[in-house]
Amino acid sequence: MEELYSRRYISYPDGFWDILEERRRTSDLSHALRTFNPQPYKGAPPCSSSELNRAVLESQFLRHVVKEVSAESGEPVEVVRDEASGLLEEMSQNLQLTFIRLLGFSLSKVFKRLFQKILINEEGLNRLQQAIPEHPVILMPNHRSYIDFLVLSYIMFTYDLPIPVIAAGIPLMSMKLIGEIFRRSGAFFIRRAIGDDKLYWALLSEYVRTIVRIGFAPVEFFVEGLRSRTLKSLPPKLGMMHMVLEPFLKGEVYDISLVPISISYDRVLEESLLAHELLGVPKPKETTRGLLKARKILEDDYGSMHVCFGEPLSVRGLAKGTVNRWQYNLVPRDLPAKPSEETLGFVSGVAHLVVRLQEKGMVLSPWSLIATVLLQNPLGMDLDALIQRTCWLRELVEGFGAVLHWTGQVPACEVVLSSLSRHHSVVRCEKGRVTLVEEAGASPATPEEGVFRRAAAVLMCASYRNQALHVFVRPALVATAITSPTVTDEDIFAHFQFLQDVFSNEFIFIPGTSHQDFEEGCSSLRKCGAVQVCDQQIRVTEEGKDTIFFLTAVLEPFIQTYQMVFRHLTNEPDQPFTERQYITGVRSSTLKRILSGDVQSFEALSSDVQKNVLSGLVRMGGVTKLKKGVRSEFRVDKTTIGRIADKLAGKMPPHLTIQSRL
Amino acid sequence: MASIGDGSERQRIAQQRLRVLAGHLRRLGAEERPGVAAQECRAGAGTTEPDDKPPCSVPKRRQDIMKWNGWGYADSKFFFNKKGQGEFTGKRYRLSGLILPSLKDWFEGTFGANLQHKSPAVPSLNTSAVAPPSLNEAFVEELKSTGIPFSHDTEDRVFRAHGHCLHEIFSLRDGRVGRCPDMVVWPNCHNDVVKIVELACKHSVCLIPYGGGTSVSSALECPPEETRSIVSLDTSQMNRILWIDEKNLTAHVEAGIIGQDLERLLNESGYCTGHEPDSMEFSSLGGWVATRASGMKKNIYGNIEDLVVHIKMVTPRGVIEKSCQGPRMSTGPDIHHFILGSEGTLGVVTEVTLKIRPIPEYQKYGSVVFPNFQQGVACLREVAKQRCAPASIRLMDNEQFQFGHALKPQVSSIFTSFLDGLKKFYITKFKGFDPHHLCVATLLFEGDREKVLQHEKLVYDIAAKFGGLAAGEDNGQRGYMLTFVIAYLRDLGMEYYVIGESFETSVPWDRVLDLCRNVKERIVRECKEKGVQFPPLSTCRVTQTYDAGACVYFYFAFNYRGLSDPVHVYEQVEHAAREEILANGGSLSHHHGVGKLRKEWMQETISSVGLGMLKSVKDYLDPNNIFGNRNLL
Repeated sequence: MEELYSRRYISYPDGFWDILEERRRTSDLSHALRTFNPQPYKGAPPCSSSELNRAVLESQFLRHVVKEVSAESGEPVEVVRDEASGLLEEMSQNLQLTFIRLLGFSLSKVFKRLFQKILINEEGLNRLQQAIPEHPVILMPNHRSYIDFLVLSYIMFTYDLPIPVIAAGIPLMSMKLIGEIFRRSGAFFIRRAIGDDKLYWALLSEYVRTIVRIGFAPVEFFVEGLRSRTLKSLPPKLGMMHMVLEPFLKGEVYDISLVPISISYDRVLEESLLAHELLGVPKPKETTRGLLKARKILEDDYGSMHVCFGEPLSVRGLAKGTVNRWQYNLVPRDLPAKPSEETLGFVSGVAHLVVRLQEKGMVLSPWSLIATVLLQNPLGMDLDALIQRTCWLRELVEGFGAVLHWTGQVPACEVVLSSLSRHHSVVRCEKGRVTLVEEAGASPATPEEGVFRRAAAVLMCASYRNQALHVFVRPALVATAITSPTVTDEDIFAHFQFLQDVFSNEFIFIPGTSHQDFEEGCSSLRKCGAVQVCDQQIRVTEEGKDTIFFLTAVLEPFIQTYQMVFRHLTNEPDQPFTERQYITGVRSSTLKRILSGDVQSFEALSSDVQKNVLSGLVRMGGVTKLKKGVRSEFRVDKTTIGRIADKLAGKMPPHLTIQSRL
Repeated sequence: MASIGDGSERQRIAQQRLRVLAGHLRRLGAEERPGVAAQECRAGAGTTEPDDKPPCSVPKRRQDIMKWNGWGYADSKFFFNKKGQGEFTGKRYRLSGLILPSLKDWFEGTFGANLQHKSPAVPSLNTSAVAPPSLNEAFVEELKSTGIPFSHDTEDRVFRAHGHCLHEIFSLRDGRVGRCPDMVVWPNCHNDVVKIVELACKHSVCLIPYGGGTSVSSALECPPEETRSIVSLDTSQMNRILWIDEKNLTAHVEAGIIGQDLERLLNESGYCTGHEPDSMEFSSLGGWVATRASGMKKNIYGNIEDLVVHIKMVTPRGVIEKSCQGPRMSTGPDIHHFILGSEGTLGVVTEVTLKIRPIPEYQKYGSVVFPNFQQGVACLREVAKQRCAPASIRLMDNEQFQFGHALKPQVSSIFTSFLDGLKKFYITKFKGFDPHHLCVATLLFEGDREKVLQHEKLVYDIAAKFGGLAAGEDNGQRGYMLTFVIAYLRDLGMEYYVIGESFETSVPWDRVLDLCRNVKERIVRECKEKGVQFPPLSTCRVTQTYDAGACVYFYFAFNYRGLSDPVHVYEQVEHAAREEILANGGSLSHHHGVGKLRKEWMQETISSVGLGMLKSVKDYLDPNNIFGNRNLL
């Protein structure tokens, strides 16, 4: 994987293009009804959904699994086969051009209301256009909003590219009419929490593989698995990734092109919903009615969205020297087989790489910078100071290589003011002072309620900061390592690795590339003049102190939350708990500590971070996961947690760290 | 296939000789036990040529009739005449003397070549460029006393210093000659070989057995690191059929006999082996054994390992052979299988007892056109499943089909050309086959007439299920001809900046299509990456069917104008193609062998323990590496 990572991928120049521009000039109807004649992979013939389903059901692989399942469950083969066929019905897409046109028409209307601009990089689109006839293409967007995949299909339609077949979550399907429309626009539906339902896994994987093999349409899926509630990249899920790569590994196709796609929004439609979910208000079930109610959303201004198509990655190129394909020679390829360690490592490396490239391709909104600045000044700040700090930050992130949606000529105050007004639900600017907006309503009945209201505002703001977090995380980790009290020069890298290990559920690092990450962090700091490196020693410069302070402050909410959870767990009585019990426990103890002033960061209330701490602890051995029937329980190892906490607080030199598992 | 015979006069002489030979054999058979007869050796008595030697198609002085820097007979070659039409010279082949009007267009179109751009070979071998022999005087002295003929003439040495890999021929055309054997020795019989091997051991001389010289695995290349004197042991003079056993249908043959002679001689007594590798004009029986050769008609007769009943081999440790000729034995691992495929690393095969069959009464070619390669492979798979494969069944892909068409001779009458047009119209327009996707299976049926016709119907019925249309005998026959002239065609290409070669593999049925597609694509992409200016010819055919898989044969050639080191590029691409084959579940080789060209993959192919087993056999038989060609291991 190291080698993969070190290759340079193109950073995106200012070649973005507004696809709504033409829609505002010409008829949406004729756009929807124009001749649509995309060129598929190798001239693959169109494949109807029933043909596809038949191919899946009649595959050797499925026949085998059906027999196995039947033998295990004692049910007759026919029954299992019918069950399989039913599941496939539920799953399968039913791509129809008429519906694409219908969708094309209505989306033109909706998008024009919602967005000022939908900006795409034409260069990336051209590369995609060239890639499609060559090899099966996998579109891999990040997932920040429900409308992500609508936008993508809309772009593909607009540019005469084959409409992708999309892996979608089953909740969407249960929305009556919408579900069917999505299905006919190429979505297929996957159940959540498949667990070890063998038949379902078999169907899904054969379904996906068959589409890739035939190549009649690009496959689109969200490698992060879920919509990110925090707008931060999520650690990739590997199941679907493996299914998609298998046809190459088994030689069934010559190559596969993976296209990372970075979607970013000035303002996300679901922003307030997200914050509430994170605070423990469950997510409303997706219903058609809910969507219609969301009509009021249409009245608001959501600014621009950016869709950046990355350079297609050749799976063959990635696999070279990494995976030995001989391993598939001795077993029939269409029988189920457990993937080797080597294969799993490769799949994970590729998935992480894609997420990383999604991050790199992301176009940042100035609002992300403003949110970052505001979070470091929780009591609010003067508009002038905000503008000044934002400009300072702009220079910093551009130096770090990020692409900003900040057109050169527009004066900074205009940019800041328009962002502030677009995000009136989060911030308010009154009498030259900018503060976070807390939910309106009667004054809070209890102090707890007050905290939650405040936290909702902070988390909304934090999610926009999160969109830019990947830009900071490497230099910030280096900065934290340098400034950690007990860390000596020789130990900086070790401490950096330790921090990466602790936070590897929080931020995306490609496994096995700590050295490059460290290098990248150091070189970013050096470039902005924050540090000097001489004789292998890293020294903070006088003028760099501010930058270092800023960067450590970016990580501070996370460190606080982690320490908070560590303390909570080490203080709790020693008995197994479920995830739900854990969340409730952590939430109430966080609340207490916030009220007592013990913890300052309201982000500690985010259930997302809390869950990440738990997974991180499981990985590092601070918590053991016990399988108990369907539910898992967890047991705490207080000594290990104590040690991790001490190290994180810089109370223990890092060379005593347990071996990094990255 | 090409008919080799040239006229009834020769036939008559051969018949006469056969009677003499048969008489001789009967006499031997009547008076002595066959095994003893085999050990009789006239050469032991003196240096004169034995008087009962059958006529050999390739003489001891190969340079008299063979090309020194290309394939086959010096009198047979392709060239473009003044009108730019392709022609084939000589009188030996069906194509000889014919005009091939479509060759030029195909050649220029496929490779982007141009008849104006020539890359001629040096006109003749510059003997002064060859390093003088380094002789082991003591060995030479003792060898002289045995009376076994030998030579250190430069031409003799150069002829035995190479096989027919692209890099070998390319160097020769450039006038470059690498390390050559220091002398050539021609044993006349088994006992001569025993003496030579003894002397080689005694004087520490490196022996490299040489049969027909058709290797395409760098097997004949002299290891440059070899410091001892290298002696090429040319088996070509051990070319007699020692006896024919008509009761058991076996023949005991000296291993130096070449394919066409063996077949012709057996034919004269009404028999055949049916073993017809594409190289059979020149390759030898011993070479077949040493490389695990495969014959075109293996579906009826079997591959070489199925054909041999008994092998005698001389090794530094002594002579290895079995005590009887039982058709199958359970006596531990079959020692024949240490010899088969040993590629000259263990010793010299001197005599082989082979199964023979009566000459089939009837032979018929055929061909089937399929709408695409997938359908064709599906049909071959079905034929294999029903175990009803004809003597030969081969499926050419679209590129090769067009290649075959480029070799169509000028049609003699307007009527035939009209018929051809009609056929084409029927297939492409009426049946809707896309001329850029259709592919052809060529068939060869053998046996008694009635059965052949039945068999034919069965196969065509299966083909029809896969959309196959019978396409006539002529297409079939031309398909087989292609394999015999392909090597001559390479020489033509090399005159015009086009280089190429073939390579093969065997692969399970379910991977055939994937392997073909991926390897062909890999070749095209690697060429592009390596800076080849023109799209290469990258084509394949399925040449053999088995119960569990098939043999796939690739042709790969490209126009190298603009490249500074074309052979290196070629080798890189072939290497990549082999990697691709292996990654797609293909084998390292189906019948070409490993030689030195594919050695690097042996350990992964047979595991390090497997390699250790083979090495320990080598260590036992030949601890001093007398057979030092360094193939295989």
